[in-house]
Amino acid sequence: MSDAPVIPRPEPQYATAEQQAETASFGMWVFLATEVLFFGGMLLAYTWLRATYPDGVAEAGRHTKIVIGSVNTLVLLTSSFTMAWAVHAAEHGRRKALTRLLAVTAFLGLLFLGLKGYEYHKEWTEHLVPGLNFHEDSVHAQTIELFYFLYFLLTGIHGIHVTIGIGLIAVMAVRARRGAFNSHYYTPVEVTGLYWHFVDIVWIFLYPLIYLVGRSGP
Amino acid sequence: MKAPPLPLLLTWAALLALLAMTLGLAYVPMPGPMNVVLALGISVAKALLVLALFMKLFRAPTLTRAAAAAGLFWLAILFALSATDYLTRKVEHVGDLPAPTGSEHQPGNR
Repeated sequence: MSDAPVIPRPEPQYATAEQQAETASFGMWVFLATEVLFFGGMLLAYTWLRATYPDGVAEAGRHTKIVIGSVNTLVLLTSSFTMAWAVHAAEHGRRKALTRLLAVTAFLGLLFLGLKGYEYHKEWTEHLVPGLNFHEDSVHAQTIELFYFLYFLLTGIHGIHVTIGIGLIAVMAVRARRGAFNSHYYTPVEVTGLYWHFVDIVWIFLYPLIYLVGRSGP
Repeated sequence: MKAPPLPLLLTWAALLALLAMTLGLAYVPMPGPMNVVLALGISVAKALLVLALFMKLFRAPTLTRAAAAAGLFWLAILFALSATDYLTRKVEHVGDLPAPTGSEHQPGNR
C-alpha cells in the first residue's frame, strides 16, 4: 500500500482500539454461542430419532448422496483454510492477497451451495422430499420421512448461514479492495472469519450424522 | 501472493486427512456404537483444529473463551435435561383398547 496506514481512533466508549477490537470479537462469540443452541435443538431431535429408530435412520442414511456430501465437506474445509489465510494477510496489511483470498473463499461457498442445490434436485427426483414429494416402499418409510424432514431443516438452515457468510465475505472483499483495512485495523475481516469458521464447524458435525450413518450396514 | 503460513497449511492438511479417515472408517462394520463414536470423535478433533488454529480461540481473551464455553455448557444442559425424560420413559403395553367412539363422556356413561 502506498498511502500511510490509517490508525483508527476508537469509538468514545472504548479506551483503546485493542479494547474495541476485542469487544467486537467477543460479541461475535456470544452470538455464536446462541447459534450452538439454535442448531442444538435440531440435533437433539436427530439424536432422539436415531436412538429410537436406529434401523430406519441407517436405511435413510444410505439414501444420502455420499459423493456430493464428501466433496462439499472438502470444499467447506478448504474455504475455512483460505479464510484463515485471508485474516493472516490482513494482519500483515497485504491488500491484494486479502482481496483475492476473500474472493476465493466466497467462490468456494458458492460452489458448496451449487452442489447442495444439485443434491436437492436429485432428492426431488428420487421422491425424498417430505410433505411435497415423498414416496418410499420400505418398512421404515415413516422413519425415512422423518430423517429427511430433519435433513432438509438442518441443511437448509445451514445453507442460509452459508449464504449470509458469502454475502459478508463479498462485502469484506470489496472493502479490502478499496483499502478499508490495514495491519492496524482489520476487525471486520476477523469477525467475518469467526462466523465462517463456525458455519464450517456445524458442517463438520452434520457430515457424519447425515452422510455416514448406516454406511457399514447392508 | 506469498505462500500460506505453515501452521494454517498443516491444519488444512490434517483436516483433509481426518475427512478421508472418517469416510473410510464409516464403511467398516464395527461392534455396537463404535462407528458413530469414532465418527463423532473425528468430528470433535476437526472442530478443535478449526477452533484452535483458524479461530485462535485458545489465545483469545478469557471473556471470549468463557463465551465459547457457555455455548457448549448450555448445549450440554439441553441434552442432559432432555435425557432425563427420554432415557427414563417406560413404555408399557396395556392391552388392546377399544377404538374411541366419541360418546365416552356423555351423561350416564361414566
